Amino acid sequence: MIVLKKSLNSLVVLGLMTAPLIASAETAEEKGTRIAVEAKASDKGWQDMQTSMNMILRNKQGQESVRDIRLKSLEIENDGDKSLSVFDKPKDVKGTAFLSFSHAVGADEQWLYLPKLKRVKRIASRNKSGPFMGSEFSYEDLSSFEVEKYTYKFLRDEACEGGTCYVVEQYPVDKNSGYTRRIAWLDQTEYRPWKIEFFDRKDSLLKTLTYHEYNEYEGKHWRPNLMKMVNHQSGKSTDLTYSDYTFKTGLGENDFNKNTLKRAR
Amino acid sequence: MKDRIFRFVLDHPVWVILLTMLFVFGSAYGAKNLVFKSDYRVFFSEENPQLTAFESMQKIYSKSDNVAFIISPNDGQVFTPKTLKAIQELTTESWQVPFSTRVDSITNFQHTWSEEDDMFVEDLVLDAETVTDADMPRLKEIAINEPLLLHKLISPQAHVTLVNVTVQLPGINPVEEIPQVVSKIREMQAQFIEKNPDISVRLSGMVMMNNSFAESSLSDNAVLVPIMFAVVLLGMIFLLRTFSGTFATVIIIIFTIVSTMGLAGHTGFFLTGPSSTTPIMVLTLAVADCIHILTTMFYEMRQGVEKRKAILDSLRINFQPIFLTSVTTAIGFLSLNFSDSPPFRDLGNMVAAGVMLAFIFSITLFPAMLSLLPLRVKATKDGKHDFMHRFAGFVVKNRKVLLPGMSAIMISVIVFMPQNTLNDDFVKYFDTSVPFRQATDYMQENISGLSTMEISIETGEASGINDPKFLQAVGDLTEWLRTQSETDHVSSLSDIIKRLNKNMHGDDPSYYTLPGDRELSAQYLLLYEMSLPYGLDLNNQLNVDKSSARVIATFRNLTSTEQIEIEERIYSWFTDNAPDYQVEIASPNLMFAHIGQRNIKSMLLGTTVALILISLILGFALKSIKFGLISLIPNIAPAAMGFGIWYFIDGQIGLALSVVAGMTLGIIVDDTVHFLSKYLHARRDRNKDPKAAVEYAFASVGRALWVTTFVLVAGFMVLAQSSFKLNADMGLLTAITILIALIVDFLFLPALLMKLDKNDHPTTENTSNPAEGDNNDCVKKIA
Repeated sequence: MIVLKKSLNSLVVLGLMTAPLIASAETAEEKGTRIAVEAKASDKGWQDMQTSMNMILRNKQGQESVRDIRLKSLEIENDGDKSLSVFDKPKDVKGTAFLSFSHAVGADEQWLYLPKLKRVKRIASRNKSGPFMGSEFSYEDLSSFEVEKYTYKFLRDEACEGGTCYVVEQYPVDKNSGYTRRIAWLDQTEYRPWKIEFFDRKDSLLKTLTYHEYNEYEGKHWRPNLMKMVNHQSGKSTDLTYSDYTFKTGLGENDFNKNTLKRAR
Repeated sequence: MKDRIFRFVLDHPVWVILLTMLFVFGSAYGAKNLVFKSDYRVFFSEENPQLTAFESMQKIYSKSDNVAFIISPNDGQVFTPKTLKAIQELTTESWQVPFSTRVDSITNFQHTWSEEDDMFVEDLVLDAETVTDADMPRLKEIAINEPLLLHKLISPQAHVTLVNVTVQLPGINPVEEIPQVVSKIREMQAQFIEKNPDISVRLSGMVMMNNSFAESSLSDNAVLVPIMFAVVLLGMIFLLRTFSGTFATVIIIIFTIVSTMGLAGHTGFFLTGPSSTTPIMVLTLAVADCIHILTTMFYEMRQGVEKRKAILDSLRINFQPIFLTSVTTAIGFLSLNFSDSPPFRDLGNMVAAGVMLAFIFSITLFPAMLSLLPLRVKATKDGKHDFMHRFAGFVVKNRKVLLPGMSAIMISVIVFMPQNTLNDDFVKYFDTSVPFRQATDYMQENISGLSTMEISIETGEASGINDPKFLQAVGDLTEWLRTQSETDHVSSLSDIIKRLNKNMHGDDPSYYTLPGDRELSAQYLLLYEMSLPYGLDLNNQLNVDKSSARVIATFRNLTSTEQIEIEERIYSWFTDNAPDYQVEIASPNLMFAHIGQRNIKSMLLGTTVALILISLILGFALKSIKFGLISLIPNIAPAAMGFGIWYFIDGQIGLALSVVAGMTLGIIVDDTVHFLSKYLHARRDRNKDPKAAVEYAFASVGRALWVTTFVLVAGFMVLAQSSFKLNADMGLLTAITILIALIVDFLFLPALLMKLDKNDHPTTENTSNPAEGDNNDCVKKIA
């Protein structure tokens, strides 16, 4: 009896030991990619979305500055999203509108409408790593997440605010990216990001982004009300608050072109 | 009490030696904490207004510590496909420099142009692999016509260019951060040269300067301290002719240095350029105590006194004088605490502690060692005695000429003191043997100086920088600065806005103007900022709510006076042309430009306090107000004369020299103390007339004085060989001052005494004092 119990025990132990071996049939790279694909899939089908963004920029001296932006986005199957942003604050850029077609592979397309000049200008630049409106977010940080934009490596499971998180390293494919890698924490139930660490070109920790106050929309689309970005090197930070999320408002491709850009108010 | 200590020392020499060793090794343990802080900011106290202004500016915008790779192709042409490729590779690699936040070069310059309604923002050299000879004239044309590049990153002839790396040192571990950056930079330099043997690379910038502070001082110590030891060894063997005595002295010096530095480490000091000279100064000053004790002891032994008693006698005789001179020297060095610059405070405190430690070791460890070491005495030779005697005769005989003659010389030298100009140019802190200095001079000749001024202009309202009135003011300021003869480069927002206005109008050159509309420039900037890559944003010249802008002007290397003058010129430009804005000008150069003046003011107070304290001690020790007052002249005159002579040697004074007066005061006072006390002894106790008293004073301390002066002058002359000019100048002027002090004490003071001290009061205040009686005994034996 005792012998049997012992061998049962050792069987359990053996099972526990081999479990990671079986799991490791999938490499860390494959697992990281799988998580990214699953995360993208879990949020699929939101169609279109509108929201208001408020940014508070702070420097090391404690000075603050506010930006207000209205954002419309359109989900595009098998490619990056289209988005239209209208700037309300600061006052002297009020009415300036920004249209971007994000692409999973290759440079994004961007246009800016300058109300004072009454002209739409195409921004022909590969750069997307600079600060967005002087904030600690770059355009790169705000554009839609696409699986193809990174290669992946699963690191570990770790407890996080959203329960247990996958910790995945993401390496940008675009050589114009400002980062060598990002480390993202995604919860295992809803694939919501809770934290992202950004590493600069010399692989030093540059910024940390944290997500707060998630709400669920349309039964499956989780969106944070607050994103906090802290730059560890400059001591500057930006808080990005979202409000009035609405989904499936009936926007279409026609609402995202150069002509609508001019009319956007 | 004193005697009991001395007897204990001689009865238990081994115990004394063991106890001292325990103490010295215990303190030496602290030396591991003693690290070198290689950051120019250590020269400024936290309350320094220029530092505060600069730090707050760095918080509002971004930090501007940099490393500059100065690239000069041997063929004199930057714009060749091969060279551009090398520069692009270096630019890319520069992002790998620890703590780097920004890299600027001609290849990654964000060139903007437009085609119809497309606005292009791209690296000037996007892919160096694909550019050909045919592209070169166009690229060169763009670069040398771009105000942001010309004289900043490229020379007008396009033969020298810079790759400028901005680093943001976290300041968490200031001791290791800079060496970490420098080692990476040097590795890159070596690799670059290996790969591109026909391009030379030099290194300049604030980080390299910081690093040179440490390297220059440390390599100095490695060379100069051994030289100084050699000087002391040879000097003592030659002048005192004793191996055992020299050996014991060297041990005292080593123990003093080790325990001083060790205690400094224990108590949280760190090293900086000036305070790293502590070992040399302590070494120099510690020798004097030993020389006095040895001289008396040998004198006694030559008279046939046995060794133990000779040592005991020497201790009794010398205790008061060397205690007094140690205290006055320490007070002189402690006056450095008034300095505005913390490294000099540290130097003062460390040397003061070292001088007192040397005193303690000299009366404990030194006799203990002497009692154990074999000491032999040769028969007395009176030749040197005769020389001092003849010299005294000369002074007495020529007193009527010496007094007016010396007075005339002293005054005519002192009048040149105010002719010195104030200058703290941190580039010139290093002599031309230092690579940083060579590189910076080269950079100045070919592209620009290292002198910058950062001008922050605050509008007081969010987005205020887009106001056409403000932009016009910035534009006018920029143009005005460019017309100043000292200016090499101005980096200004107005240039960017003008260029964008041109781009927005189909690159029509007639639109290279400032837009007359606030929203227009705001929208241009928004567009531009959205197109810039990581690290090349405008955060280094605009604050977070765009209420203020920073214009950075680069000048050829200027003296402090010139810099302060330009600073005032800029402020008055604003008063005349743009009085509505709040303006702040700051930079490391300005910090150094002001510190000399601030330090001189603070050290004037410090030196006065030290002078009062020392004079009080002297008056007390000499037991006479009259002689206390007379001593003021030979105590003050040498420093004033030193600065007068300095006008002919260099003519520029700054941070380091402003502390010399206070520092030397405590040292030169020693000569006066010795001379006057012997003179008074002769007058009071031996009823000699002033002439005879002068002769007596020369005979008894003349030789000891010139021997110690020789050692001191030699020590500070060794320091004067430093490649770090701050220390070298301090050493040279101190040596000059000490030498002058001896000359004044030998040629002027006796003549003055014979003039003022008439023979009408034959000693009244004398022999009644029993303590003085003890002293009398000693004095006669010192001779």
